[in-house]
Amino acid sequence: MEFITGLVHYFVQDIPIFLAAAWLTIRLTAAALAIGVLIGLFFALLKLSKNVFFNALAQLYITVIRGTPLIVQIFAIYFGMARIYDFGVFWSAAIALAVHNGAYIAEIFRAGIQSIDRGQMEAARSLGMTYALAMRRIILPQAFKRVIPPLGNQFIIGLKDSSLAAFITAPELFQMAMRRAAATYADLEYYTIAGLYYLAMVIAFSFLVARLERRLDVDKA
Amino acid sequence: MIKIRGLHKYFGAQHVLRGIDLDVAKSEVVCVIGASGSGKSTLLRCINFLERAQAGEIWIDGERIDPKRHNLNKIRAEVGMVFQLFNLFPHKTALGNVIEAPVMVKKMPRGEAEREGLALLEKVGLGDKANSYPSQLSGGQQQRVAIARALAMRPKIMLFDEPTSALDPELVGEVLEVIRQLANEGMTMLIVTHEMAFAREVAHRVIYMDEGRIVEEAPPHEIFENPREERTRTFLARVLNPRKGVSAPGTKNRSAAG
Repeated sequence: MEFITGLVHYFVQDIPIFLAAAWLTIRLTAAALAIGVLIGLFFALLKLSKNVFFNALAQLYITVIRGTPLIVQIFAIYFGMARIYDFGVFWSAAIALAVHNGAYIAEIFRAGIQSIDRGQMEAARSLGMTYALAMRRIILPQAFKRVIPPLGNQFIIGLKDSSLAAFITAPELFQMAMRRAAATYADLEYYTIAGLYYLAMVIAFSFLVARLERRLDVDKA
Repeated sequence: MIKIRGLHKYFGAQHVLRGIDLDVAKSEVVCVIGASGSGKSTLLRCINFLERAQAGEIWIDGERIDPKRHNLNKIRAEVGMVFQLFNLFPHKTALGNVIEAPVMVKKMPRGEAEREGLALLEKVGLGDKANSYPSQLSGGQQQRVAIARALAMRPKIMLFDEPTSALDPELVGEVLEVIRQLANEGMTMLIVTHEMAFAREVAHRVIYMDEGRIVEEAPPHEIFENPREERTRTFLARVLNPRKGVSAPGTKNRSAAG
């Protein structure tokens, strides 16, 4: 009971700072995933190309990024790259998260593109469309629709993984929870509060994805 | 219009086309018949370079097509193709399917493409379905949209790859009617089909293929009434007179009755 009253107390008292922290989490995730989608699409197309060099390049990227921990990648970019160029906390975290999620998104796109019936590409080519035009006008719009569920899933993972930016001092949700917990000794209360904020964001996002899926389903009766 | 000489196609070790020589004149309708796996579809797909033949020459409109030198996209834009499974773009309406290539490939202004597209949909009897998505259309309607889509590029020749094989029997007629109309208008066409009655009616020449070779080619009345080759006779006997109540596998009764 004492926990509940404490939780409510700290929650209400710290709404302004946690909202600010949540806003940073959202911006960080949005920037990372927007870049991550572009990276993912780029490497998916490289992996699907007939060029052996491009294939190898895409495979190397995916293998290295999926094979190493995100926290290592964040530290490598924030502390490691600082010697060459200082991106600052926000962009170091955003770039690391983008590169990390890009590898998984590449595989999602590759599977989505490959799931489109071969006849679609053939029909487009038979009408005189180039490979690039057929990809852009015919294959990708259909593939995008099909990858929305796995992509939404990856976005949720990305949102939660952004909490690792706390360890390079980004003042996002988890960092804020750590600071407040250290100052008040109310660890359980503050980590519960951080959890509740993440949970609320994930639920809201899932709702949006579900609505998008329904809306895009019009032509597939 | 089309001249093919010594065409050979392999899929790995499998020799699918074994030296095809074929001519199709302007405004001629040629039907290709033969059992499944005889190479009919592969031949069509080689003509618009969806498949690359390993040897042989393909001439279109008096020009030998060299895949290394020619822009194949340009060639394909002039050769219409209709597929067995329609392959309509599911995320576009009927009209959207028809105007896609004229707008994106030929850079035709959208308004003009839409006017022409609607006229083409009218022509195949689907003027009222312009805004329907493929999933809202029957198989026969989808195939007619696919024909309109190919015609929208104003092709010099139309290739049909078993255009009615995936259709329910009661929908075959409407598609054949459209093809018949094109034949009457003088469209040059190469049609792979299992519809023997249709081939007999609409073709100027029928080609029988077996095991990657052209076994016999003749005007329809000759090939159907008086086949010279034993293999043609056997094939036609099997297709035209399936044993009572039992069709040969892959053959449907409508082929005979149609």
